[in-house]
Amino acid sequence: MNNYTLSELSKSLHNGNLSSVELTQYYLDLIKIHNGRLNAFITVNEENAMIQAQVADQRLQQGTAGILTGIPIAHKDIFCTKGVRTSCASKMLDKFIAPYDATIVEKINAAGMVTLGKTNMDEFAMGSSNETSFYGKVRNPWNTSHVPGGSSGGSAAAVAAGLTPIATGTDTGGSIRQPASLCNLTGLKPTYGRISRYGMIAFASSLDQAGPMAKNARDAAMLLNTMAGFDRRDSTSVNCNVPDYTANLDESIEGLTIGLPKEYFDDALDNDIATTIENAIKIYESIGAIIKEVALPNTKLAIPTYYIIAPAECSSNLSRMDGVRFGHRCEDPKDLTDLYERSRGEGFGEEVKRRIMIGTYALSAGYYDTYYLKAQQCRHLISNDFQQVFNDVNVIMCPTTPTTAFKFGEKMNDPVSMYLADIYTISANLAGLPSISIPANFLNNLPIGMQIIGNYFDESYLLNIANRYQQITAWHQKIPNTYG
Amino acid sequence: MNLDSKDIEKIAHLARLTIDKANIPTYIKNLNNILNLVEKINANDTRDIMPMSHPIDTNQRLREDEISEIDQRENFQTIAPQTKNGVYLVPQVIKLNTP
Repeated sequence: MNNYTLSELSKSLHNGNLSSVELTQYYLDLIKIHNGRLNAFITVNEENAMIQAQVADQRLQQGTAGILTGIPIAHKDIFCTKGVRTSCASKMLDKFIAPYDATIVEKINAAGMVTLGKTNMDEFAMGSSNETSFYGKVRNPWNTSHVPGGSSGGSAAAVAAGLTPIATGTDTGGSIRQPASLCNLTGLKPTYGRISRYGMIAFASSLDQAGPMAKNARDAAMLLNTMAGFDRRDSTSVNCNVPDYTANLDESIEGLTIGLPKEYFDDALDNDIATTIENAIKIYESIGAIIKEVALPNTKLAIPTYYIIAPAECSSNLSRMDGVRFGHRCEDPKDLTDLYERSRGEGFGEEVKRRIMIGTYALSAGYYDTYYLKAQQCRHLISNDFQQVFNDVNVIMCPTTPTTAFKFGEKMNDPVSMYLADIYTISANLAGLPSISIPANFLNNLPIGMQIIGNYFDESYLLNIANRYQQITAWHQKIPNTYG
Repeated sequence: MNLDSKDIEKIAHLARLTIDKANIPTYIKNLNNILNLVEKINANDTRDIMPMSHPIDTNQRLREDEISEIDQRENFQTIAPQTKNGVYLVPQVIKLNTP
């Protein structure tokens, strides 16, 4: 079953070979077997799932079902789910029962999908290894002594191990693409504003974007069809046409011009990863793509810029966690300041505190111009680089990550080394561009991903380019041994 | 720029965070490392470059002035740590002057 695509599952559900109740039970049983080891789920909601599955079966029988009706899904625990704990993997929200659904949850429910549960993640999406979760680390199904990546590590591990056919994730600096790369998945971060952020707990509001984490490009396109669209409840939601993302998947890519940024292919790049990308490029050339070297001269500014902007926005966003209206509250506060300081001190983990402190410092009196304003100017330079390049090429191809999945503990004591794990993914967030990671190779039985960055609202094109590659290659079909 | 323990305590207070005193040396090391990393942006000349606060260049949307939200106070207060008669309770902020 782990190899079934959403289209195949949908077909079986529609022709009556399979009921949603059976399918849902199958995944719930697998979660029971494997979650103890992988820790991919924080909350599994068996009762709700079975009710949703029964409703889906009724819709299937009545002929009112859509293409995704009855198919199970898992949501990153950053999306509010009404009546269900939404923890963001933090002690701060350990007892937080969301009073409403995120827009994407509402849409996915309306499509008739069945929510299996909420997946583990780095606390408040801050991390690249899923080691900062209050609920413990997630293990990579390809090698359980290695990280699954982060922050959407639980979603990635769950899909890779076949505990759910598809999952949602969010990406602020690479949090969909990097775990997708480390777990052999197809992960898409759409254009900023393409998917509503309403009900998605904010980390860095000008960078956060939700997206699908899937086994292949077609599955991702099917879920994106449901997730995308304007939402009046999100002031940064973009009101523009949502195409059918599955419509152009099989189109020829003859004449596609691919840019290879020379700054990404310097001496620092790992040899095996460089070879992986070169081989993938050859495949694209063989089906009609044209390759060009391009320059993104401000690439070196991306990480420093990001680690000012993201913490600054996080320090502002997380100020709402104050122990007053929801979330963790300390015992016996002696005054209001004590209530704030101890509730937050006890509720947040170390990485979250670090980022809040960096952000607070960068925004504090006398430093705003030096850090935040300067970073926003650098962000403009980075974004301009891309627009310059997109005058010459259709997409950019590069690695998703500098290495394959690393071992637990390897980077936890050195935050800066962890930050460098996002070196290839951060720029797309700063510029707000869509970007996809697809499976492209293995090294010592650990997956290697390749990233394709497109111009604004080119999701359809990216999925088409990814799908054409997946029609020729079989990397995306590989499944970790224990979970076949 | 090098932060010392006084800076760390000041920043923690500005951020309304208690931090464990024993961890201050680790904070000093990690935050200074991060600041050394981010200070690389200062090597670039950004005179005349407009700051980019948002990836998509749009104006704030306007909407009709009509009711779009219903009162959900009770619903929202079911998840609050402490409430009374529909208000959130916090430790006393204003001291009463008793004659």
